[in-house]
Amino acid sequence: MTNEQGRHLEAINQVKGKHMLRIRRSTIVLLLGWFALIGAGIAHASEAPPVKLNTTADHSKFKELQKQFKSGPEVTKACLSCHTEAARQVHRTKHWTWEFLNPDNQQRLGKKNVMNNFCISISQNYPFCTGCHVGYGWKDKNFDFTSEANVDCLVCHDTTGTYKKPAGLAGNPVVGKPMEMPPGSGKIVNPVDLARVAQKIGKTSRDTCGACHFFGGGGDGVKHGDMDSSLAAPDPEVDIHMDATGLDFTCSTCHKTSSHDVPGSRYKPTATEKHSAYIRGKADQGNPATCQACHGNTPHKTEILLKQVRMNTHAEKMACQTCHIPYFARGGVPTKLSWDWSTAGKLDANGKQFTIKDEHGHPTYASHKGDFVLGENVKPEYRWFNGDIKYTLLGDKVEKSDTPTPINRIDGSPVDGRSMIWPMKIMRGVQPFDPVNKTLVMPHTAGPGGYWKELKWESAIADGMQNMGAPFSGKVDFIKTEMYWPITHMVASKEKVVTCAECHTVDSRLKGIDGIYMPGYSKFGWLERVGWLIALAALIGVLIHGGARIYLSLRKAG
Amino acid sequence: MANTRIYVFNRFNRFWHWGQALLVITMLITGFEVHGSYSLFGFEKAVGYHTIAAWSLISLWAFAFFWLFTTGEWKQYIPTLEKVDAMIKYYITGIFTKAPHPFRLTQLHKHNPLQRIAYLTILSVVGPIIWSTGLLYIFHDYWTEWGLRAFVSLEWVAFFHTMAAFMMLAFVIVHVYLITTGHTIGAHLKAMITGWEEVDD
Repeated sequence: MTNEQGRHLEAINQVKGKHMLRIRRSTIVLLLGWFALIGAGIAHASEAPPVKLNTTADHSKFKELQKQFKSGPEVTKACLSCHTEAARQVHRTKHWTWEFLNPDNQQRLGKKNVMNNFCISISQNYPFCTGCHVGYGWKDKNFDFTSEANVDCLVCHDTTGTYKKPAGLAGNPVVGKPMEMPPGSGKIVNPVDLARVAQKIGKTSRDTCGACHFFGGGGDGVKHGDMDSSLAAPDPEVDIHMDATGLDFTCSTCHKTSSHDVPGSRYKPTATEKHSAYIRGKADQGNPATCQACHGNTPHKTEILLKQVRMNTHAEKMACQTCHIPYFARGGVPTKLSWDWSTAGKLDANGKQFTIKDEHGHPTYASHKGDFVLGENVKPEYRWFNGDIKYTLLGDKVEKSDTPTPINRIDGSPVDGRSMIWPMKIMRGVQPFDPVNKTLVMPHTAGPGGYWKELKWESAIADGMQNMGAPFSGKVDFIKTEMYWPITHMVASKEKVVTCAECHTVDSRLKGIDGIYMPGYSKFGWLERVGWLIALAALIGVLIHGGARIYLSLRKAG
Repeated sequence: MANTRIYVFNRFNRFWHWGQALLVITMLITGFEVHGSYSLFGFEKAVGYHTIAAWSLISLWAFAFFWLFTTGEWKQYIPTLEKVDAMIKYYITGIFTKAPHPFRLTQLHKHNPLQRIAYLTILSVVGPIIWSTGLLYIFHDYWTEWGLRAFVSLEWVAFFHTMAAFMMLAFVIVHVYLITTGHTIGAHLKAMITGWEEVDD
């Protein structure tokens, strides 16, 4: 007997002998209830069998995937037997080529070519760096970029969370038998069940994108500041759109992708968007990942019209991110704010490498890397930015000075008509360079012969430079650098945005930003002085006048 | 002795004065906060109060101008240099020796010559600078739409607005003090509250 029926019977018992009419009514309800239950049973019996609604293909049913795979490329071949164009689509993307030709200044960028002020570059570090390549086997500069089988489908499309590409294996997962990584460490990495991963293939997720992008710079949150593992399942305070219990956006909700080419770029960012929200059917070549792509460029709605237009006017000069991302690294994961390679190489009393950690267990010094400064809940710095970026590439002349050498020079001004004020993480570093040739250098760091093991700059740099065919004098010095990372992720809920008073104040967040008049911050030097002086003179004048009157009348009276 | 009472400030006149006093002081307090001179309500609230007070004061001034011109009261503000020297001399010396006030107040001449000049300056110079730049400030977001952006810059609007605010501040300080220089210390204040001013026979 169900609870409902029980309640009906109870009701019947309660009123028995008192209100016959109600008993009869209850009986009818009871009978109707029975009929309803029977009816529901019939309906259930005729329901269609369960169906997956998030895909039209259950990959576990595919013969091609029901086998033991011995390697990643084997899986890829199985994928390509149906998805015939997929690999060549991937071949066209930055995820595969690690190369980007900036159409504005013809600079050849991409991870294959640029340097940063974290681990510096991939030259001679391929097997480690390419753990994050969407391919298999990029272990040196001779990698075959035309190979379709070497495209890694699983790294982006895994839904099991078991597919891992450890650093050092040139993008390959551990297959077959468990592997000790790194050798001699006693840490065992278990092999991936490729068949299971392949059969459960699905759409990309925060986890798959995050497997690399959360860990840029060699660790969780290290590089970006606005991307770390806290975005895997964030609270609304960390990211209002990705909020795992709310809107639950994945990366591709904004980075809306077709033909495997994920839009959005750090080499050629969209700094200014002057269009309204995109509408279906309307032809456009725009970047779907911008805020304006969905919200348009007059996004604010309040009951007070003047306030609404005032906020929309702010959005004419300021990137949405400037107010809506009040701090980065908000998810409890610190990001690196500076990295000083010049202090690397110290050994402890036993002649061994050592690490100094902060109270949270994060390294602040490591013999093989130098000193770090970490930060959580970091207030961004702000710059005018129009989307143009010029890199300092290998071979470009650099001068050692107290002014940091920009790894990437951002362009922007209040009067070029296409700049916005953007929040930035500015990564500061001290890194090796060649004082004779006056160029930045690409040291071999990871693996045998690399700096991390040998702690010898000369040989590490010679190796990395030789690989690139770049000259190296053999002399090593260190140079201050800085690198700009426009902040765009970790959009806060609207209650947590930067308040008016944080900029409209003497100690403004936008201190030093030129070309704007900002009430509460901007001042007119001499007008202030003259104005307050006149007010003060008036006050003193009337006080003296009044005082004299009081004094004289008192004297007269007394 | 005080034995003549003259009705100088009618009800609207008093309402105008005190409304204006309240609003001007509110706007000075909130305005200098918006300007960044100190922090009291917080920038956002200060802007809100300042804007509400601004619209109130503009409305009040609209009524006041209507009143001034329909009643002929505007003639009270026609400047004159007559007895200005005597007034200045009075404030410098006479007031200390209890010399008789050189100006005799009547219903047709309720302001002394210095008051006429001061109030006329406030109403026709300082006021217009404040409300014209203030309106531009409020409608800053519409400059592009109205084709103003090429001719005005926020910086200059803010400059003149701030400059006029300093003038207003100096005026308020001196004005508040001069209230005490009537027939008795409280005579002017009382007049502005009751409408009746006591004058010497």
